[in-house]
Amino acid sequence: MKKIHSVALIIIFALVTAFTVNSAKGYSIGDSVEDFSLVNIDDKMVSLSDFHNAKGFIIVFTCNHCPYSIANEDRIIALDKKYKPLGYPVIAINPNDPVASPEDSFEKMKIRAHDKGFTFPYLFDKKQTAYPKFGATKTPHVFIVSANEMKVEYIGAIDNSSRDASKVTEKYVENAVDALLTNNAITKKETRAIGCSIKKQ
Amino acid sequence: MKTKFIIFTVVLVALFSCEKKSKKDKIKNQPTTKTEIATYTYNELKPLLEKNDNKTYVINFWATWCAPCVKELPAFEKLNENFSSKNVEVLLVSLDFPNHIESKLIPFLKKKKLNSNVIVLNDIDEDTWIKAIDANWTGAIPATLIYNKTKRKFYEQSFDYQTLENELKTFLKP
Repeated sequence: MKKIHSVALIIIFALVTAFTVNSAKGYSIGDSVEDFSLVNIDDKMVSLSDFHNAKGFIIVFTCNHCPYSIANEDRIIALDKKYKPLGYPVIAINPNDPVASPEDSFEKMKIRAHDKGFTFPYLFDKKQTAYPKFGATKTPHVFIVSANEMKVEYIGAIDNSSRDASKVTEKYVENAVDALLTNNAITKKETRAIGCSIKKQ
Repeated sequence: MKTKFIIFTVVLVALFSCEKKSKKDKIKNQPTTKTEIATYTYNELKPLLEKNDNKTYVINFWATWCAPCVKELPAFEKLNENFSSKNVEVLLVSLDFPNHIESKLIPFLKKKKLNSNVIVLNDIDEDTWIKAIDANWTGAIPATLIYNKTKRKFYEQSFDYQTLENELKTFLKP
């Protein structure tokens, strides 16, 4: 009897911890995304609901200063150019606190976006409220969301060679969006890459 | 004649011991004076992350471009200094880009005169090895692994010295 009790306790404990860990981590695959309203580099507020014709979104937490973000900038621009016309625009969000990371200030975001010719919104998570909901931990960190039920379909890296574009052999984000566009299952829903931790004050 | 011989012997002995000493210093100083640094793939690094001896290992993943990593390095240096005689080994695994090893990492190491062991991990297949090092590591750095043969814990966070020492102590037998 005692044994059954302790087993039950262990199971309950495991379940409770699993749920707590999950909720603290932000969205998982299949979760519904809550819309946000964040300021864009043109000083206008942007929400996902503004994109009436979008089939979904390629949301990229990124910033100015991080070498991994810089190494991926051209790839992010290429993703937007390829997938915006197909209904999956890129939405870039800078989650960093500019006091902790001066290179990532709103003014410097404007300069960087202009210099690189960003074709997508580059939003500022000024109050640092959006990135914890997603569970973003680093830059770059990609979340693909389908517009139908605002569901998270993919979390992770852009491809399998984050710091060297010339050595890419597998394009995770492109494969995922292509699968969504053709109603196929995404083969890799979660991938990892090194990135810069999000800077808090 | 006798005095000459004695002087000769003393000089000879002195020269000899001097040479011996400088040789020894050279080896000892290698980590801070070397111009090359060992680069590992994940498969080469893996054995260093799962040793089964009586030591406790503190493995810190960092890079010169990562400001919070650079900020916490002195804590790891101090830990190395205070615990290297207590069966603890600190290893700093740099994730600097391969084209920055010569231009950034080596000058940084020379300037900071780090005493902990430093190696470079250069392995393109991040999706595989990040998950293999720890299932919950999202890939953000700084990150630290502390392990010995009975306990293993991964930290995707920054450390100050006291927090780091307190964590390490949970691995060490009283």
